[in-house]
Amino acid sequence: MSEEAGAEIRRSKAALRARPAPRRRSVSTRPWPWRLGRALVIFGLLLFTGGPLVYTVLLSVRDLPAVVSRPLDLLPTLDELNLRTYWIAFSSPEQGGFGLGRFMLNSALVATTTVVVTLLASIFGAYAVARLGFTGRRALAGLFFTVYLFPVVVVAVPLFVLFARLQLRGSLAALVVIYLAHTVPVAVYMLRHHFQAVPESVEEAAMIDGCGRLGVVLRVVFPLTAPAIAATALYVFVIAWNEYLFALLFLVDRRDRWTVSLGLAQLTAEVAPVTILMAGSVILSVPVVVLFALAERYLVSGLTAGAEKG
Amino acid sequence: MNTPTADRADRSDHWSGGDEPIPIRHSTVTGAMSQPPQPDTRQRRRGRGPLARRDALIGTGLVVPTIVVILLVVGAPFAWTVLLAFQRIRLIDIPTLSVFNAEYTLDNFRETFRDPDFWRVAWTTVVYSVLGTLLSLGLGLVAAFAFRRPFPGRAVARAVLLAPYVIPVVAATTTWRALLNPQFGFINAVGTRFLGWDRPIPFLSTHRQEVELGPVTVGIPVALLIVILFEAWRSFPLAFLFITARLAAVPAELEEAAVVDGASAWQRFRLVLLPQLAGVLALLAFLRFVWTFQNFNDVYLLTGGAGGTDILPITVYQDLVVRNDIGTASALGLVMASFLLLCTIGYLRLTRRSYS
Repeated sequence: MSEEAGAEIRRSKAALRARPAPRRRSVSTRPWPWRLGRALVIFGLLLFTGGPLVYTVLLSVRDLPAVVSRPLDLLPTLDELNLRTYWIAFSSPEQGGFGLGRFMLNSALVATTTVVVTLLASIFGAYAVARLGFTGRRALAGLFFTVYLFPVVVVAVPLFVLFARLQLRGSLAALVVIYLAHTVPVAVYMLRHHFQAVPESVEEAAMIDGCGRLGVVLRVVFPLTAPAIAATALYVFVIAWNEYLFALLFLVDRRDRWTVSLGLAQLTAEVAPVTILMAGSVILSVPVVVLFALAERYLVSGLTAGAEKG
Repeated sequence: MNTPTADRADRSDHWSGGDEPIPIRHSTVTGAMSQPPQPDTRQRRRGRGPLARRDALIGTGLVVPTIVVILLVVGAPFAWTVLLAFQRIRLIDIPTLSVFNAEYTLDNFRETFRDPDFWRVAWTTVVYSVLGTLLSLGLGLVAAFAFRRPFPGRAVARAVLLAPYVIPVVAATTTWRALLNPQFGFINAVGTRFLGWDRPIPFLSTHRQEVELGPVTVGIPVALLIVILFEAWRSFPLAFLFITARLAAVPAELEEAAVVDGASAWQRFRLVLLPQLAGVLALLAFLRFVWTFQNFNDVYLLTGGAGGTDILPITVYQDLVVRNDIGTASALGLVMASFLLLCTIGYLRLTRRSYS
């Protein structure tokens, strides 16, 4: 669709909205069973998604004996309200805890390194695939897509062999290398979408002003898309923070190196009390939820890129 | 964690702007970033100006590091998997392992295909993937339509809906295990207290629960249904986002015309909106199937493969870690990858035909 046609459609849409008479039927004019049904569906969906999360938080502040004897009383009574579970989950074994604090540190280290390396490895490539017409660009986009869909379990086997042979099991650096297989294709994909959204005219203007192509990339494109790049970085961080299988394969023998996802899963196997596990779940989730809330708008547009065209 | 994508831009290169303004900031980038190497490459130069030619060269230079990383972390390990799949190797053989003096054989595949367990597990995996995908899409569709028009608190409700997709899988499975626990889990407490269950149901380890439905007794694969429900719970927010984005892009004129023509709400959904959503639903079905099929974390963390929830990724893991049989683990992984490749080709064939 040409620019002018697009503008024309937008104008006519605006005109249509401005006129009061032929508006779309609004929700309020629908019959009440319709509205009731919709409200019930929304309520059901919220209960289905939010219910387990609320349950987690409520259980995390209760006393274990009370949970076992009265599982139906969800709300903790004031005198049993107990925030010590968080401290026990968080503190080190020497302090009588389960050491999630240490695991969080490991996870933060792994995830941050993964973010830096992923961005370095993908940002220029993403721009090239987005904007520069070189031979084989389409084939390359196809390759990145294929890598996305690739079952990671399959590469787990040779990496397991390789790291066993190099005696690199338990190395956090090796884990970062593995995480690149997860994160680089995603980052390329999301960044490419955001780079494509930069109007070419802006780039051309910079080039007329004497910028070279790399100057355009560094001085125009990256600053313009900085929020989107930040959002992509957060998403990569979250992938590394949440990852479980490879942490299990490579770190399980080294307790001091566990990531927080692996750590919590191992605590389940060690039959830690359920209230502690719930507190651990909250501790594990909070950083991710905060990061996602910060970047939601860009993440949603990056995730659903292409859906509009489908 | 599964990574979402919707790759279409390789078919149409016009930028999909307009949905969100890019804030313009006047800042300069300080600190010179090192320029990636720009190797000599043969370029097609027909009918292109000097700028396009230089762009092509720079483009190739910029993309090379990305390709190298992907080849190193995905390409090379995969190639090695192919080699390992054709060798009889166990973990203890690793120190003496070499690609060159290896004996290549089809034994791993023969053993895999002859094993009746393989076919049972493969079938479970397919059932798990298909039902998980369908449920995820169905919930996503319902949610997208329920959230289509504004209502008070929609932004907050939307955030709640996205939560299962965002939180770490380990946290999610820990929560579900607590909810479904036979001793103190909320679901069993409700069931025994209010729904007349004789005794708590160990949901995550029950292979089959006989349920009397009037005259017939039906065996329900409880644990399998639970992991399917969990899969839908975790992944439907993605479908919700995709469908919502596509719905927002449907021209209002289409529906208005249908209203003018006297179409009922159902007719508008069935005949106007659903055809518009066909592309994105097909894409979602494909992506969800591929990712569910290779999903190790969710099922392993919930049931460990107990109660008839043994799926292929778990078998690969057990071959590798428990049986230490690298050969069969690789062969099984290769079988999985080949199957998914066939699915991808099929999907691309189908969609290309319907688009053209």
